[in-house]
Amino acid sequence: MTAYLLKRLIIAASTLVLASMVVFAVMEILPGDPARLMLGFNAGADQVEQLRNQMGLNAPLVPRYLHWAGGLLSLDFGRSYTYSVPVIDLVRERVVVSLPLALIALALSTIIAVPVGVFSASRQGRAGDALAMGAAQLGVAVPNFWFALMLIYLFAVWLRLVPAGGFPGWGAGIWPAVKSLLLPAVALALPQAAILARVARSALIEVLNEDYIRTARAKGLPYRAVLWRHALRNAMIPVLTILGLQFAFLLAGTIIIENVFYLPGLGRLVFQAINQRDLIVVESVVMLLVAAVIIVNLLVDFSYAVVDPRLRGRQ
Amino acid sequence: MTMRVDLPEETLAGVLAKAFGNRSFLIGFVITLLVAAVALLSFVWTPYDVTRLVIADKALAPAAAHWFGTDHFGRDILSMIMVGARNSIAVALVAVGIGMGVGVPLGAFAAARGGIADEALMRVNDLVFAFPALLSAIMITAIFGPGAVNAIIAIGIFNIPVFARVARAGALAIWPREFILAARAAGKGMTQISVEHILPNIATLLLVQGTIQFALGILAEAGLSYVGLGAQPPMPSWGRMLFDAQTRMVTAPWMAIFPGMAIVVTVLGLNLLGDGIADILDPKSRRRR
Amino acid sequence: MSLLEIENLSLAIGGTPILQEVELAIAPGEVVGLVGESGSGKSMTALTIMRLLPHLARADGRVTFDGIDLLAASEDQMCTLRGDDIGMVFQEPMTALNPVKTIGEQVAEGIRWHTKAGRAEAEERARKMLDRVGLPGTKFPLSRYPHELSGGQRQRVVIAIACALKPKLLIADEPTTALDVVLQAQILDLLRDLVSENRMGLLLISHDLAVVTEMSDRLTILRRGEVMEAGDTARTLSAQHHPYTRELALASMHVPARPKTHQAGSAKPLLEVEGVSRAYPGRRMSLFRPAQPVRAVDNVSLTIEPAQSVALVGRSGCGKSTLARMILALDKPTAGAIRFRGEVITGKAEAALKPARRDMQVVFQDPYGSFDPRQKVEKLVAEPLHLLEKQPTRAERREMVAHALDEVGLGARDMDKYPHEFSGGQRQRLSIARAIITRPKLVVADEPVSALDVSIRAQILDLFAELNQKLGIAYLFITHDLTVARAMSDEVLVMHEGKIVERGRTADILDNPRSEAAQALVAAAPDLHRAIARRMQEQG
Repeated sequence: MTAYLLKRLIIAASTLVLASMVVFAVMEILPGDPARLMLGFNAGADQVEQLRNQMGLNAPLVPRYLHWAGGLLSLDFGRSYTYSVPVIDLVRERVVVSLPLALIALALSTIIAVPVGVFSASRQGRAGDALAMGAAQLGVAVPNFWFALMLIYLFAVWLRLVPAGGFPGWGAGIWPAVKSLLLPAVALALPQAAILARVARSALIEVLNEDYIRTARAKGLPYRAVLWRHALRNAMIPVLTILGLQFAFLLAGTIIIENVFYLPGLGRLVFQAINQRDLIVVESVVMLLVAAVIIVNLLVDFSYAVVDPRLRGRQ
Repeated sequence: MTMRVDLPEETLAGVLAKAFGNRSFLIGFVITLLVAAVALLSFVWTPYDVTRLVIADKALAPAAAHWFGTDHFGRDILSMIMVGARNSIAVALVAVGIGMGVGVPLGAFAAARGGIADEALMRVNDLVFAFPALLSAIMITAIFGPGAVNAIIAIGIFNIPVFARVARAGALAIWPREFILAARAAGKGMTQISVEHILPNIATLLLVQGTIQFALGILAEAGLSYVGLGAQPPMPSWGRMLFDAQTRMVTAPWMAIFPGMAIVVTVLGLNLLGDGIADILDPKSRRRR
Repeated sequence: MSLLEIENLSLAIGGTPILQEVELAIAPGEVVGLVGESGSGKSMTALTIMRLLPHLARADGRVTFDGIDLLAASEDQMCTLRGDDIGMVFQEPMTALNPVKTIGEQVAEGIRWHTKAGRAEAEERARKMLDRVGLPGTKFPLSRYPHELSGGQRQRVVIAIACALKPKLLIADEPTTALDVVLQAQILDLLRDLVSENRMGLLLISHDLAVVTEMSDRLTILRRGEVMEAGDTARTLSAQHHPYTRELALASMHVPARPKTHQAGSAKPLLEVEGVSRAYPGRRMSLFRPAQPVRAVDNVSLTIEPAQSVALVGRSGCGKSTLARMILALDKPTAGAIRFRGEVITGKAEAALKPARRDMQVVFQDPYGSFDPRQKVEKLVAEPLHLLEKQPTRAERREMVAHALDEVGLGARDMDKYPHEFSGGQRQRLSIARAIITRPKLVVADEPVSALDVSIRAQILDLFAELNQKLGIAYLFITHDLTVARAMSDEVLVMHEGKIVERGRTADILDNPRSEAAQALVAAAPDLHRAIARRMQEQG
């Protein structure tokens, strides 16, 4: 078991290192001088040069990368060019919006999708299955930001149940904060749930055709018991894979959805930073999101080992 | 992870006969054809000229003169959707082409070669998958500037590992088959076997993935245009139309409803088509016959 | 009174008739064999009794078990019967167990379900049952997972599940087909003992007449869904009243005519294998200890002379197929050398191997997997022509393919068909046509008839014999089936755990095996002659 986990851990770590190199390299080749940007266009050349030295921008590439990467490890991302505050402070106040949003969406999508998948698989080919899968087919085709607009129109403009956008902050109390994340989370979750339900259904149907399902039925277990006790756990593996991939989708999705709902999250931050050429903020946020994706996928790899004893090897 | 590839054993006529008995395929095929036809039609005819701004007609609700209403510059929404289809299809199609063209040979090579080449490809794949695709697309377009071409490149790059992965998994499932051993015993080399035996047998797998990526490409293009990084005005695009509609949700909801429906219908059609193809060529559905 | 009685059973799936007017009865403690070739409806009969048929299946007639009309029983009633009064063992032990549950859980599950026993009690009973089927607790704790067991061990677990509650009827559907002969004999012994201990009725389904004869008191012969003949095993098979029964019996014992036998030492060897080994990196048991390599083939030497037919026999996993691949230069030995016509072929580049490949071709086991489904027969059979120095023109190629097809009993018209348009036996003929198109000196055949029905298998063996006689092709037959070795080979090599443990003239080794491995193989091999004789003797 340790060998499998160790291998996944090493792969995840090396992917993370490679990813940081890619991010660093991309930022290197970007046009625009951060020092010039910070000082404005009226500053003199020597002033700019002085700041460049101060920021370490004139150092050779490799030490500069090492310095930056070392900073990342201690959560020291440097200072924002435009706001002149540590990037970590910007990130900290934004992450409390984005992370709950992604997690609520992930939970919502799982809670909806898995039961629908099980329902459909156990009624394969019947009316209930056709209806559920028809809805899922439609759900997959809906762009989440358009769905968000429709939700706003329906629930905020028409029914006036929830705010159309903005975020009161967690200081305003849990409920108002959660309430303002509700619509964005639903907008993110439903299209993902549609995908997940389809995967869960087909995984389950595949497993239900396996020989060991017949063995279980020959024991005298009724169909439902076989479904829950034998099929579901085996069908979890592809479902977990998709869940891992969806986390990345959800993170990317938050970037757009936050713009629809005017939520002050990481997505809005990265957008503003791109527009203002505040590259250090961009690279920090990207690095953070990439790290989150890698860690989630590592967790998925670990959960495979929990589900599937074949990965654990001989005890 | 291993993958099961069931080899189809059908003649073309048999496949066609079944295709037109498959509901998913039929609906998907008709929708896709319709969207393509509308896009082509827009080159020669649209109800109104989409480049002409008629401020007097701005934000008209749907009516006989303008079926889908007009936007804040008085342009006909239906005409804009027709022209926007060109952009969506072109971007998604070329992006799929990039993904297939680069990804499939890479995946097939990795599967044939195994060892370090395979491991390296998988690690690069892991790396690309670690970057949330839309985020990276935003970065790429932010670096090189917004525009349809950069959107194509951004979406295309993220199609490469998808196709590499599918091609590799499909090829790996076929390499241990006895007919490949027989080909090796007949002195055929890696490349020759890949071209003669592997690719024809994974073609359907790639076709299905192609329709999925096409649909995802349309969604991604709409997303990029929506945040202003895709096709630039005055070229109409579905995502851009939604962006314009956002602030006018209360006064002119039709500006948001119709372009969104265009996206949904197109993506739905492509997904149904993909499902249909997978159904038709899946021997498991045949066994049920 | 019968335990199970099937009367006038007809079955159709989606309108296609599968069974027609099948009759069958089993008394308590009786073993009844159900024999038939593929597609005869044997398995469907079993699934009808279990009521585990696929959707769209329609059964008519009567199936009475212990006074209960099974076809009219509710699903709840069936659930109480399945696993409690009727147990079933399946063909594929590798896939019949749930990979994510321990063997203890899987055996105890049925016990708990039917008896409402507590976990501890059910596990206790599961433990006893696993002990009984030959998986003692010291070596096979309940916490083992299926992937930690071999095929034979897994089949024992499946039997433990089926017999845990001492059912009145056990249905075994080809329970040993996926196992080698030694394991087969062990599993059959186990089934026989369990049946007599508990006075179970056993419905043994098999394609192998010899196995059924050894095991069953009565037998029913099925063909295309219809009962051909039924009755006492010994009497039915000795009288052979029904023509189909005779056909099956003859095919099972068929030995092709080979008037010219090979004289050993008559010529320079065609193939020489010298001290060849193949090691695979082993499984790491610990992070800090290097993995021990596994030697699939261990210092093997052998020679084959022109026109000689050699059988390489051994249990599954003994390294036969790995050795064959190295001879065919599809895999590289880790040590040793292979010479073909005096030239070393190990470690040569693909281009330099061409002449050797031309003279050395291969026939595989699976007639379905041996052909690319996307290509037509012409291209498939012509594939080895790629090895010729001078590439033939299209017309020449068609001519050569037509000739090869004719030699294997197919017609030139078949050239433009796809492989799926042929039956299993015909595909094996195509496979042979492909192998002989370059006029090779040696054909390596890896279990070439073990996936075929007996009647087809007799025809294919005849074809192999004919080509050996006519074209002087030498064979290396890889098989676990001693009847094939006896029918086809001049010499036998016995392989065991990667080593050749015995070599000699076929009749000598099969009649008088000296090594332990060869003795085990010979003792376990089912033999129809012997089985009938034994039955006749028992009955006087």
